[in-house]
Amino acid sequence: MEFKDYYKVMGLARDATDAQIKKAYRRLARKYHPDVSKEKDAEARFKELGEAYEVLKSPEKRAAYDQLGPGHRAGEDFKPPPDWGSGFEFAGAGAGAGGSNYSDFFDTLFGRAARGRAGTGFDPGDGFDQGQGRDHHAKVMLDLDATLQGGTRTFTLRVPQLNADGRLESKERVLNVQIPKGILAGQTIRLAGQGFATGSAAPGDLYIEVEFQAHRLYRLDGRDLYLDLPVAPWEAALGATVKTPTPAGIVDLKIPAGAHGGSKLRLKGRGVPATPPGDFYVVLEIALPPAVDEKSKAAYLAMAAALPFNPRAQLSAQS
Amino acid sequence: MAQTTVHVFPGVIFEHHSHLTVTELSRLCTVEAPVIADLVEEGILEAIADEHGEWRFRGDALRRALTALRLQRDLQINLPGVALVLELLDEREQLRRALRRER
Repeated sequence: MEFKDYYKVMGLARDATDAQIKKAYRRLARKYHPDVSKEKDAEARFKELGEAYEVLKSPEKRAAYDQLGPGHRAGEDFKPPPDWGSGFEFAGAGAGAGGSNYSDFFDTLFGRAARGRAGTGFDPGDGFDQGQGRDHHAKVMLDLDATLQGGTRTFTLRVPQLNADGRLESKERVLNVQIPKGILAGQTIRLAGQGFATGSAAPGDLYIEVEFQAHRLYRLDGRDLYLDLPVAPWEAALGATVKTPTPAGIVDLKIPAGAHGGSKLRLKGRGVPATPPGDFYVVLEIALPPAVDEKSKAAYLAMAAALPFNPRAQLSAQS
Repeated sequence: MAQTTVHVFPGVIFEHHSHLTVTELSRLCTVEAPVIADLVEEGILEAIADEHGEWRFRGDALRRALTALRLQRDLQINLPGVALVLELLDEREQLRRALRRER
């Protein structure tokens, strides 16, 4: 079991006051809240923070934690002392069967009954519906091809489950899911009957919110896709037909004469295959051939001699 | 040769198939119905009246409601504050998207 340095998590000294602890929690909660934060590991940091605050805000838990002594380092292997917990009373502190989001370290020291209502990431609430099994909400990062082509993806979700003794434990669950083609960022995949089973009740549903990883070629904007397409100066100036990758395969794209850098060409309905389908935008980028040898230098010089071209015409104050 | 069958669950886009009632939405968010009514009152959720005058929600209301409830619970913001945060988050997302288009 890994030792957790709750003071370090909250960026506090071991002698921090209650006011400092509360203030640090508020500040870091705003910074790492998964709905607000764009930090990469926001959700993990936020959970860790909630756990640290759960301990440090409670005088009893904090005193017990402090008793472990300052000699431990975060991440080191840890076993609680044999006399652990004697003289402290944790039960009754906001007991509830919340999602199993705290670390083994927390659970061992304070037990599951001691869970309060600190932020628990993507679980909407504590407590169980009596009549019906509970729904479960999760969030996944998908590759863009999953929505463009459809196909099966494998997710590993950490799911709290009731074991035989009626206790909650966190289990890894591997699910193969047929991704509905055309799903957009922020939409939700629903898997009927794949939530929690509680007692004899029918299981609830599983809701998986989808976000997308950056793609090698395309940028995603809602249902539209953007591709930066490099073209040679003569292709832009004279017009050309060039091979262009799109989600539906390579197409021959006609570039109109007189195109310039930043010109946008739209292929209607070639974006994300949602209903209605998005569009595919090609943004032209003029790529200059390098002048590396006599021949290429001569070509540039010939062009300079032939064209009365001042790219900075608009910058001159008066002509 | 032994065959291993891998069970594949067919995913459905929730937002496509849902005109949620207050009861359904509150169950999905594990809150009481009046909490959902408060979110509508504050302009955080948009409700459409069906032919019987009952509230219906588009499927994307689920994500918005869950986000609002998490913000309220985790950061202890009151509902007007939650509404403001959500509007600013929407605006931030639009700006990010505009930046991505231009790059």
